[in-house]
Amino acid sequence: MEIFKADVVIVGGGGAGLRAAIAVAECDPKLKIALVSKVYPMRSHTVAAEGGAAGVKKPTDSFEYHFHDTVGGGDWLCEQDVVEYFVEQAPLELTQLEHWGCPWSRTEDGHVNVRAFGGMKIERTWFAADKSGFHILHTLFQTSIKYPSIKRFDEHFCVDILEEDGRCQGAVVIEMGTGEFTMIEAKSVIIATGGAGRVFRESTLGGIVTGDGMALAYRHGVALRDMEFVQYHPTCMPVTGLLFTEACRGEGGYLVNKDGYRYLQDYGLGPLQDKPKNKYMELGPRDRLSQAFFFEQQKGRTIEHPTLGSVVHLDLRHLGEAYLRERLPLIYEMAETFMGLDPAKDPIPVRPGVHYTMGGIKTDGKCAASLKGLYAIGECSSVGIHGANRLGSNSLTELLVFGKVAGVEAAKNAKSAAPGNSAALLKQAQAVEQRVMALKTKTGGSERISVIRKEMTQSMEDGCGIYRMEKTMQATCDKLAELRERFKNISIDDKSSVWNTDWLTAIELDYQLDVAQAMAHSAINRKESRGAHQRLDGYEQRDDVNFLKHSEAYYVAGAAPRIALGDVKITKSQPAARVYGAAGEKADQERKASHV
Amino acid sequence: MSESQKIIEIEVLRYNPESDKEPHREVYKVPFSDDMSVLQGAQYIKDNFDGSLTFRWSCRMAICGSCGMMINGIPKLSCETFLRDYYPNRISIEAMAHFPIEKDLVVDLSGFIEKLESIQPYIIPREARTLEQGEYIQSPAQFNEYIQFTSCINCTLCYAACPQFGLNPDFIGPAAMALLHRYNMDSRDGGAEQRMQLVTSEEGVFNCSAVGYCSEVCPKHVDPGNAVNINKINAAKDYFLRFLSPKGGSK
Repeated sequence: MEIFKADVVIVGGGGAGLRAAIAVAECDPKLKIALVSKVYPMRSHTVAAEGGAAGVKKPTDSFEYHFHDTVGGGDWLCEQDVVEYFVEQAPLELTQLEHWGCPWSRTEDGHVNVRAFGGMKIERTWFAADKSGFHILHTLFQTSIKYPSIKRFDEHFCVDILEEDGRCQGAVVIEMGTGEFTMIEAKSVIIATGGAGRVFRESTLGGIVTGDGMALAYRHGVALRDMEFVQYHPTCMPVTGLLFTEACRGEGGYLVNKDGYRYLQDYGLGPLQDKPKNKYMELGPRDRLSQAFFFEQQKGRTIEHPTLGSVVHLDLRHLGEAYLRERLPLIYEMAETFMGLDPAKDPIPVRPGVHYTMGGIKTDGKCAASLKGLYAIGECSSVGIHGANRLGSNSLTELLVFGKVAGVEAAKNAKSAAPGNSAALLKQAQAVEQRVMALKTKTGGSERISVIRKEMTQSMEDGCGIYRMEKTMQATCDKLAELRERFKNISIDDKSSVWNTDWLTAIELDYQLDVAQAMAHSAINRKESRGAHQRLDGYEQRDDVNFLKHSEAYYVAGAAPRIALGDVKITKSQPAARVYGAAGEKADQERKASHV
Repeated sequence: MSESQKIIEIEVLRYNPESDKEPHREVYKVPFSDDMSVLQGAQYIKDNFDGSLTFRWSCRMAICGSCGMMINGIPKLSCETFLRDYYPNRISIEAMAHFPIEKDLVVDLSGFIEKLESIQPYIIPREARTLEQGEYIQSPAQFNEYIQFTSCINCTLCYAACPQFGLNPDFIGPAAMALLHRYNMDSRDGGAEQRMQLVTSEEGVFNCSAVGYCSEVCPKHVDPGNAVNINKINAAKDYFLRFLSPKGGSK
């Protein structure tokens, strides 16, 4: 086994991991950074984010507004002190990215432009056409090349983190091209591996979004927090799940049912608006819009497409080709290439698809997990800003703000921590290697990886979809327990060392099953409806008395997770009715009046 | 599988360095629907016939740049190329041309990554600015100078298309040159002179024989061929300026 000695190892080379690496390098160029990614960093799924990144920009906007939008949007399950820090840092980090070359779209006078997004009171979403994540990721990747202290481990797959003497002290990785193992020793370990949405069937996500880091931290006793909150994005391409950004609606797109009726006015988001109006109609939050789709389908008002299934129409036609090509060029091309449609002439069939994991590795406001020396950032983490429902464009900003925080904290820790016991770490790493190799070399198995994966993703969709019920959630919990057993009997076709993706996919599936269990058991335990967790079996209301609490899933080897409840930090926003449209505006005015 | 299920033959160039002396072809019969991409065809083979079939992929929407391959001899992203467009004929897929094959459809990209790193692909500020001063101002005209060249997804299809890269793997090549040009043209950047050395070097633009196939296969309309050619002109100017200035045009 190869050994690499670093000060900080970062697992995951997407937006969060790259931002953290740069932060460590800028803190102290003498600190050696190992940046591990199972794909070349610019392939990371940050690349697929479209709409933009939120940060106060306009003189009419304020941190206060961004805070209240985020906390209300999260149905009061946010850590409010963390949100306060987040909104204040957001514009600085977005400006930093501009200085590094990010081609944010601009106004005629040369300043950065902002667009409207769902659930946001004022336009504050910085955007680079509809390829914001792509540009953020490439800007960060290219900028990271400036720092010689960042040693990249591209196309290296992390199979475990190392814990010794009560501290996290490294990671074990496989070089995908050779199958060889390396132990990376480090005083600080940052996990930045992204979400886990591929445990569901129809999702917007890339194949790499398999929850690796979540499972690793979880197996080391760190809680996965609020895992039941899984975001369905309301406008996805049927079957493939590919994303049509919320910016389609921010720029003025309509959602209509089979009668050509803008049905959102029936779901507390009206009255009808001709022009995009913040927090009204199509600019409501994602959970509400996906839930409205569900009821339209129940009422028989969706369009039944012969091959695509139940859909509604995303109508952009009134925006005109020139405007669409400027603001939504990727969306335009996707509609043309994948659906054979011209969005300037045809409405686009869409339906909700799994998009984002609100929960993740529980950390404090400084990104530190309960295991000393371990940090988590980005979608794999739960630092506390999304609560029960993330507002679109908060997550790209999160990567930057908390990527930097984690980098600074990890650097501090690396400078103060005592040296590790290298011999003990190596012994552990060798045990990890043996365990992981055994999965590949074992013979006699009869279960195909693809079959188990298919059953898992279908079961998650059935039990943990937009609306949930005890019976179906229980069926999913049972199914996952069964699949956990059957996983022991898998067979791997490929026995080679070089580029063995058959083997790596099996390791990913192992991660996915753990994360799926954390989600399903957290969901069945939450006997209320809040944000993206909605029930139809007697728990239709939010229950602040019993469930103004975080769920915390703890790993139990060979059994279902243990679910505990944790406190929510409330500073200045007491839970209130979560209302949008005209009702939301009225509530806003009342809140203001009561403060005068 | 219904009786009306269409079946397409996919011929894959397979190569496992641990067991094969040289690449060989295997044919798979894959049931497909009209919305299935070539990538989905490969996934079907891996999931159902042979788990050892190896290829890179992730986003499925032509933005991550992972899934390039030769499809009937033409460099394409497999996620946005559809089986229906080849049916009822057999479709052939191979690793991207001009790169060493690591396994099946996976090629060695380390040379490309080194090139990308070598061009200083980051802002070398023309004038420093603090965060408190806010963003740099960039007029629409300044923005339009470089924006097209920011769209490269590093899929390397242009290298698979470039005959000169096929002859000389050291040639800096279309995508890296487009990225160099992107930073040189950015009004925030002042690093053009530093980068010019690479443009005029042995690995630089004069390798290009102006075939233009790179721009033709580019899935994001970056037009790397144009970036290379603009830099040929810049490099020629630079060359002549050396005779006029004691320090040389670029120093």
